[in-house]
Amino acid sequence: MTEMTGAEMVITALADQGVEHIFGYPGGAVLPIYDALFQQDKVQHILVRHEQGAVHAAEGYARSTGKVGCVLVTSGPGATNAVTGLTDALCDSIPLVVITGQVPTHLIGNDAFQECDTVGITRPCTKYNYLVKTIADLPRALHEAFHIAASGRPGPVVVDIPKDIQFATGTYSRPKEFQHKGYRPKLKGDPDKIREAVEMIAAAKRPLFYTGGGVINSGPAASESLRELVKLTGFPITSTLMGLGAYPAADKQWLGMLGMHGTWEANWAMHDCDLMICVGARFDDRITGRLDAFSPGSKKIHIDIDPSSINKNVKVDLPIVGDCGNVLEDMLTVWRERGAKPDKKALDAWWGQIGKWRAKNSLAYRNSNEIIKPQYAIQRLYELTKDRDTYITTEVGQHQMWAAQFYHFQEGNRWMTSGGLGTMGYGLPASVGVQLAHPNSLVVDIAGEASVLMTMQEMSTAVQYDLPIKIFILNNQYMGMVRQWQELLHGGRYSHSYTEALPDFVKLAEAYHAHGIRCEHPGELDDKIREMIEVKKPVIFDCVVDPAENCFPMIPSGRAHNEMLLGDAATRVEDAVTEEGKMLV
Amino acid sequence: MSTMTTTTHYPAQGKAEQVESRTLCVLVDNEPGVLARVIGLFAGRGYNIDSLTVSETEHEKHLSRITIVTRGTPMVLEQIKNQLDRLVPVHRVVDLTRGAPAIARELAMVKVRGKGKDREAAARLAKSFDARIIDETPESYVFEVTGATDQIESFVSQMLPLGLVEVSRTGVVAIARGAEGM
Repeated sequence: MTEMTGAEMVITALADQGVEHIFGYPGGAVLPIYDALFQQDKVQHILVRHEQGAVHAAEGYARSTGKVGCVLVTSGPGATNAVTGLTDALCDSIPLVVITGQVPTHLIGNDAFQECDTVGITRPCTKYNYLVKTIADLPRALHEAFHIAASGRPGPVVVDIPKDIQFATGTYSRPKEFQHKGYRPKLKGDPDKIREAVEMIAAAKRPLFYTGGGVINSGPAASESLRELVKLTGFPITSTLMGLGAYPAADKQWLGMLGMHGTWEANWAMHDCDLMICVGARFDDRITGRLDAFSPGSKKIHIDIDPSSINKNVKVDLPIVGDCGNVLEDMLTVWRERGAKPDKKALDAWWGQIGKWRAKNSLAYRNSNEIIKPQYAIQRLYELTKDRDTYITTEVGQHQMWAAQFYHFQEGNRWMTSGGLGTMGYGLPASVGVQLAHPNSLVVDIAGEASVLMTMQEMSTAVQYDLPIKIFILNNQYMGMVRQWQELLHGGRYSHSYTEALPDFVKLAEAYHAHGIRCEHPGELDDKIREMIEVKKPVIFDCVVDPAENCFPMIPSGRAHNEMLLGDAATRVEDAVTEEGKMLV
Repeated sequence: MSTMTTTTHYPAQGKAEQVESRTLCVLVDNEPGVLARVIGLFAGRGYNIDSLTVSETEHEKHLSRITIVTRGTPMVLEQIKNQLDRLVPVHRVVDLTRGAPAIARELAMVKVRGKGKDREAAARLAKSFDARIIDETPESYVFEVTGATDQIESFVSQMLPLGLVEVSRTGVVAIARGAEGM
């Protein structure tokens, strides 16, 4: 119990929660907190260039560490600029605590300067939010915010603090044990259902694990349990965009990503399986395609910490509500106790079928000696960085899907991408957050030239804090995914998807005091990627790629998993190369 | 590639299922913004609200009880319950129309203006509905009537030709039958 000001309470609570870094931007309504920041050295503040960048940086920080990401912004425009990041974090279940300044309590509702209804605006895009109206409530609100952000299905929490509360003096104490009155997420799965799931798994003939971001959010132990269960059963496994890395992509049971731009084998296995074991994924529309044709012959087990994810889009046969790490661990225990064995014979036949799908080589593309194919650029980036301690972020669009297809992750928390909201401009600031958390690692933002221009100003942040992020731009001068849809669905009318005036990215890098590289020919790609890795500065790598390349496979509009479109290289047998061969392309 | 017909990249709407009505009872912390959270959830996710009532019911614990009458397919109704339950200040969500039928009532105040025969008829009708006269002038009545929603509907529609001026209704409150609490 200590007497202090509200502003000091903010900093003390952050320090008590183990926060080392906070991303923010000062302004009138948070000046007392900035003053308190100035007078201490426990919490380091990272000055961004735009509040959206602060939130994405905190997301990158949170996703690569498993900790809660923290943000400090001012009232009004500070808060509204944070909204995109908050929504992004809500969609992808990223734990954040975002502190916003507010006008003094007596001015709230008076349309004061830089006033906005922050709690009203952020109510639908946060897991929870607070407007703290008395100093006595502040310590509890701050600590509760961390608890709510990190527990259950994680998400962003906003604490809106009026300026007079920041100045007011009160008593600070850290709650010892935290028990919320109404909020108690269910973490353990129902034992009966877990036993039933094990029975179903043991009886399955054509099973498939379909896993998602929930496994990553649950932590490394959940990934371990998942790997063990997949090994014990010998079942194939696929994952959503959000779940990449929970299961090692190098393993032979891995089918690649599923969904709209997933592999032929993953999507066909989804369609034809007789048991789908969904772990921490949510049957999103990018995954299911046409709902009435979605995996018509399968029984479905759905493990999720959020009951509202269950039976939302797809009716499942066995829902298990709980933290997927706990549930997987319990499943392993039951599996062993029972001495359960998978149906080997049926499984062999299933793998035989999967082998045929794999032979389709659905990710194959026609490489070129003249022009850099975007897929090739990512393959080379992967080959030249895979033996390093590497983290990848992305923007949103074609490059993001190619990154998911061609960059292979062996562990969780290495892949930071905006999945649910699909926020262009996510990757660059996210890489700032990742690099800050992992100063000695290689952090690459696989970007598109259109996306990255949305938050390019954060290069300045990277330079200020000596964060040697690598912005690897697949520059096709188009909003590639928009162009692809216009080609396929809108008669090739490329309405406003071509950027007629792009900056010179090398000069732009230099203007930021960073390092710029431009690469136009496949032959020089390797050397220039090496240069990018070696330079101990932030780098903008302008990789000029084929502007006409489309991202395949693709499940077109309103189609089922078995109606996928393939690129022309994959459908022709003579072009089909072996898995090993593909790596060498 | 040119064979594609639809021009959206979202899955088509599912087949229309039977829509049902449900009365949900939601126990929440009575804190600022809690009603906005509940209503915002319904508005944001496109759920229906046919009736909504709210009042603090346990003062020491600052708990309010919200009664919501909503409509949807069974899948949507399950979603509504789960989405409500997910809100941080929500303690419990109980579906009162599931299982044993609950008691649902609303209260209406009905103002009727008229003289002579119509006025007498209005008073007679009120009596048959067990409505009380809570305000009276030589040319008007305000009746207070309590009952299930369809009774209130019936009362109001029968008052219409007798000089109905206005109606104020509480919306539905409901409670389960029997000895058990929610």
